[in-house]
Amino acid sequence: MTMEKRLVLTGNSAAAEAAALCRPDVIAAYPITPQSSVVEHLAQMVYDGDLDAELVQVESEHTAMSVVQGAAVGGGRTFTATSSQGLALMYEPYFRMSTLRLPTVMAIASREMTSPETIWSGQQDAVSVREAGWIQMFCESNQEIVDMIIQGYKISEHPDVCIPVNVCYDGFYSSHSISGVSLPGQADVDAFLPSYSKNYSAILDPNKALALDPMTPGNLLMKYRQNHLASMQNALGVIDQTDQDFAKKFGRSYGGLIEEYRCDDADIVIVTMGSMTGAGKDAIDAARDDGIRAGLIKLRFYRPFPAARMVNALKGKKAFCVMDRSVCFGWDKGSMYVEILAALSASAEKYSYFSAIGGLGGADISLEDFLQLITQLNRIKNTPGEHKTHWLIKQ
Amino acid sequence: MDKRAFRTPVGDEGLYILDTASWRTTRPIMDKSTCINCGLCMAYCPVNAVKWAKDTKFFLTYDYCKGCGICAQECPKNAIMMEKEGEDT
Repeated sequence: MTMEKRLVLTGNSAAAEAAALCRPDVIAAYPITPQSSVVEHLAQMVYDGDLDAELVQVESEHTAMSVVQGAAVGGGRTFTATSSQGLALMYEPYFRMSTLRLPTVMAIASREMTSPETIWSGQQDAVSVREAGWIQMFCESNQEIVDMIIQGYKISEHPDVCIPVNVCYDGFYSSHSISGVSLPGQADVDAFLPSYSKNYSAILDPNKALALDPMTPGNLLMKYRQNHLASMQNALGVIDQTDQDFAKKFGRSYGGLIEEYRCDDADIVIVTMGSMTGAGKDAIDAARDDGIRAGLIKLRFYRPFPAARMVNALKGKKAFCVMDRSVCFGWDKGSMYVEILAALSASAEKYSYFSAIGGLGGADISLEDFLQLITQLNRIKNTPGEHKTHWLIKQ
Repeated sequence: MDKRAFRTPVGDEGLYILDTASWRTTRPIMDKSTCINCGLCMAYCPVNAVKWAKDTKFFLTYDYCKGCGICAQECPKNAIMMEKEGEDT
């Protein structure tokens, strides 16, 4: 193993450096806060001659996704990045990218959706497009951003998967926060991630005419959907395997679909996603010091949803709370919470549980917030059933 | 089953379904004695069913013609007539 480079980087720069290590052929993106510096960084690398990629300047996110789509159909490895309103504008080709089954990695520096007008953090943008056929994963740290962009290509291009991947990380909390990052060596990344195999996707070939995406009646369209859903389930295994393969090569493992933190003998559990996890783990440590048997589950992949592993991780616990940085408008609950209840519907266990919502529009989710949730969980743990949604709003 | 079958909508899976000819209830018939070979029928045909050849000039094909009648409507010499499909053609 060659030496890793130790650098001090923002989350966005970490994403850019990792994307460059994956040798993309085509990069296209349109600036939007808080993602812009990802592509600025990549543009600088191309300008300096450090990255041999076609960087296409486009006039909107709709075009950015369309350009990488064309490049992927042409057999190239591609990269782009966006946030919130940009992702919303991208929705039409975003959906087509996954249903054409074209591998790629797109970073999302996640941000709250307007209105009210906001540019700050929140996971509403990414979770709102959870049914657009992409694999979506959420990072806790800048190191995880680097490692998951590299793993993202491996998962996306796996012949049993062929689904594009979103690597999401919280806007500003991760995108603009600076921390130490180990950047793998190019030779190691090349060995881990062989060059893009043209067998995996539809390839335009001037010598071999074909019809791409012809008008398709429902009975055939359903076969494509069936295949897409089956591949999404294949991804569950591929994701865990890729985590292990990555750990063997680079020495870092994240647990694959979910990470369980001090859960083994826990009575009460908090489920988190993204950068809030750090504060959550500190709160678990503090509770443990006070003799409270608390644990944390970090949901890493939101799509495909790791239902089996989540049910297993919650087995034998008394109470849990799901801490969401986004809302599920139809349910008076957080988005991840609703997914977890759906996963638990087949389980015979009786829990005390509630949905917690906080951190919207860039609001901080602090250590005190998590301690408050632990206190609340401790209070209700012997009263099975659903308890009131807990909003973390500071007066 | 081939891993690539019904993954990306492309090629054989999709090509055969473009059978727009099966929609046809009326069929255009071109009268070459009044046709002036202006080519408007070709310009307007939505499925590219009007072809051109050096000897015959403009002529109609029926593999994809869905019988919409736009060619008959646009023909300045009324040289294209729509006849009911399945009757004496």
